[in-house]
Amino acid sequence: MGRAHLPVKNLLRKPGRTAALVLLTALLAASVFGGSVVVGSLRRGLESLEARLGADIIVMPAEAESKVSFKNLLLQGTTGAFYMDASVLDAVRGAQGVEIAAPQTFLASLKADCCAIKVQIIGIDPGADFTVKPWIEESYSRGLGDMEVAVGCKVTAGVGETLKIYEQYTHVVAKLAETGTGLDTAVYCNMDTMKKLLAAAEAKGVTHRLTSGSDVISAVYVKVKDGADPAQVNNWLNGHIRKVTAVRARSMFTDVSDSLSGIARAARVLIGAVWALALVILLVAFAMMIRERRREFAVLRLLGVSRRGLRDEILAETALCGLAGALIGVGVAALGVFPFTTLIETQIGLPYLTPAPGTLLTLAGGTVLATLAVGLLAGAWAAARLSRTDPGATLREGA
Amino acid sequence: MLRAEDISMRYFRKTGQANHFYAVKGVSLALCPGEVTILTGRSGSGKTTLLHMLAGLLTPTGGRVLLDDTDLYALPDTELSRLRGAKFGVIPQGRSAVDTLTVLENVLLPGQLRGERGDAEGALRWLDALGIAHLKDARPAELSGGELRRMAIARALAGNPEVILADEPTGDLDDENTEAVLTLLRRRAAEAGKAVLLVTHDSEALPYGTRVYRMECGALSAL
Repeated sequence: MGRAHLPVKNLLRKPGRTAALVLLTALLAASVFGGSVVVGSLRRGLESLEARLGADIIVMPAEAESKVSFKNLLLQGTTGAFYMDASVLDAVRGAQGVEIAAPQTFLASLKADCCAIKVQIIGIDPGADFTVKPWIEESYSRGLGDMEVAVGCKVTAGVGETLKIYEQYTHVVAKLAETGTGLDTAVYCNMDTMKKLLAAAEAKGVTHRLTSGSDVISAVYVKVKDGADPAQVNNWLNGHIRKVTAVRARSMFTDVSDSLSGIARAARVLIGAVWALALVILLVAFAMMIRERRREFAVLRLLGVSRRGLRDEILAETALCGLAGALIGVGVAALGVFPFTTLIETQIGLPYLTPAPGTLLTLAGGTVLATLAVGLLAGAWAAARLSRTDPGATLREGA
Repeated sequence: MLRAEDISMRYFRKTGQANHFYAVKGVSLALCPGEVTILTGRSGSGKTTLLHMLAGLLTPTGGRVLLDDTDLYALPDTELSRLRGAKFGVIPQGRSAVDTLTVLENVLLPGQLRGERGDAEGALRWLDALGIAHLKDARPAELSGGELRRMAIARALAGNPEVILADEPTGDLDDENTEAVLTLLRRRAAEAGKAVLLVTHDSEALPYGTRVYRMECGALSAL
């Protein structure tokens, strides 16, 4: 046994004491890592949603009222369908300040062959679309053909499989990357396919068309020209096109963003409180440990260990406990968060997208380092207190 | 040779008429190689305080402690600690075991703290000489008070120190073991040329001393 083994032996041969210290540090690490992952996932979910929308203004039927249902459709995958005449698209394109106007048409499936639940079917115009198309092109670059669909990552059908929607057979050509939003449970097709699906749905009496035989769309995504004021364009659209509501995309998600900020703030406060509490508990625990062992430390001084050597001994024990606790805490938090991503997403009702592996590794590494730092701080404080103790006096006490 | 030159230890106290008192006052003492110096006196007379000052564990408020020509308390803590580990074998009062180590590991500990590999055979010889070799793998919690004392003595002797400072080394021992320990300490002085200081209440120890001193109220007098 060398001197370096002394901290290890001290920890291994006092398993109860060691377990208590490791448990405390694990609690700290788990709360910090788990909280950070949840907050990071919410933040990434919202960023992902904003990126997917990419529009300044969304125009939808006034009857859809439907900031709320439209939002739920995007956030939670709630299915819905509302329609307006396709001529709205031309009116929007004619508005001053509009650079691109891309239509989308929605249709809710019955319980499709693919899925145990209804899915949202979204028809896009590949020639004009600037929101979904770039996302589809990440997985499939050839463009959606007739009766071809791209599916969100949570739709169970895989590439190459056939998806039956209203008795129409569609061919899955792409599975899209996760967004953490309701878009992950949607199916995407071009407008020609959507017309066939709408007709099939109508034949089953599922949808009601505005005007039988005319083209319909559900929403128009608008990107304004550089230099144009989105607010002015939005006002113009609301004032000049009848029976539609134009909503600024940013305002649509303001309350979501506010909720997210509230949750993030609460999580940060909670993490801070747990951190402070854990630091205080660790300081008390180490102070108690030092008190319990001060005769042992005095004996080490007697045997030739310097104050600095004693500090190193305490810091080595602290570092080992902190490292073990941090790794266990991060592991436990990972087991408590990652397998339940869907449940958390459902419960929170906000876009939720787990951070990328690199970010997770950074978070885990940061948590380990921060936990170690707290442990070492508590150990250094205990060592500093001990260094002021006279070993001779300690040896006399209780002799 | 270890010498104390006019050393004192003054403590402050919060109550009482005087605001300080001397545990040790103006003591000069030399511990010579080959000699057993015995220090006796009543409880609270300053014996242990003097021993701790001689061991480099307690900085005197006055005077100097010299090992050969080195002033212990002029050294920085790291050097003083290294010197204490290398040259001194201290047997403190009461329990002094590191609880997480076995008896043998406790005896080997001083050498390992000095960075040595550890002479297990030598350590076992000391444990055997003190009659506790069979307990080498036991943990301190499993030992009696007397066995712990003997473990502490073995640990102090195993490093072959120049100066042995023993504070009530026979306190928990029966007559047979008391005689064995005292004989062992005297032989370390006589045969190995060690300087031994033995602080004791035990009158049986007095015949083993080359010189005997008595402490009273912090002052030293020869008997």
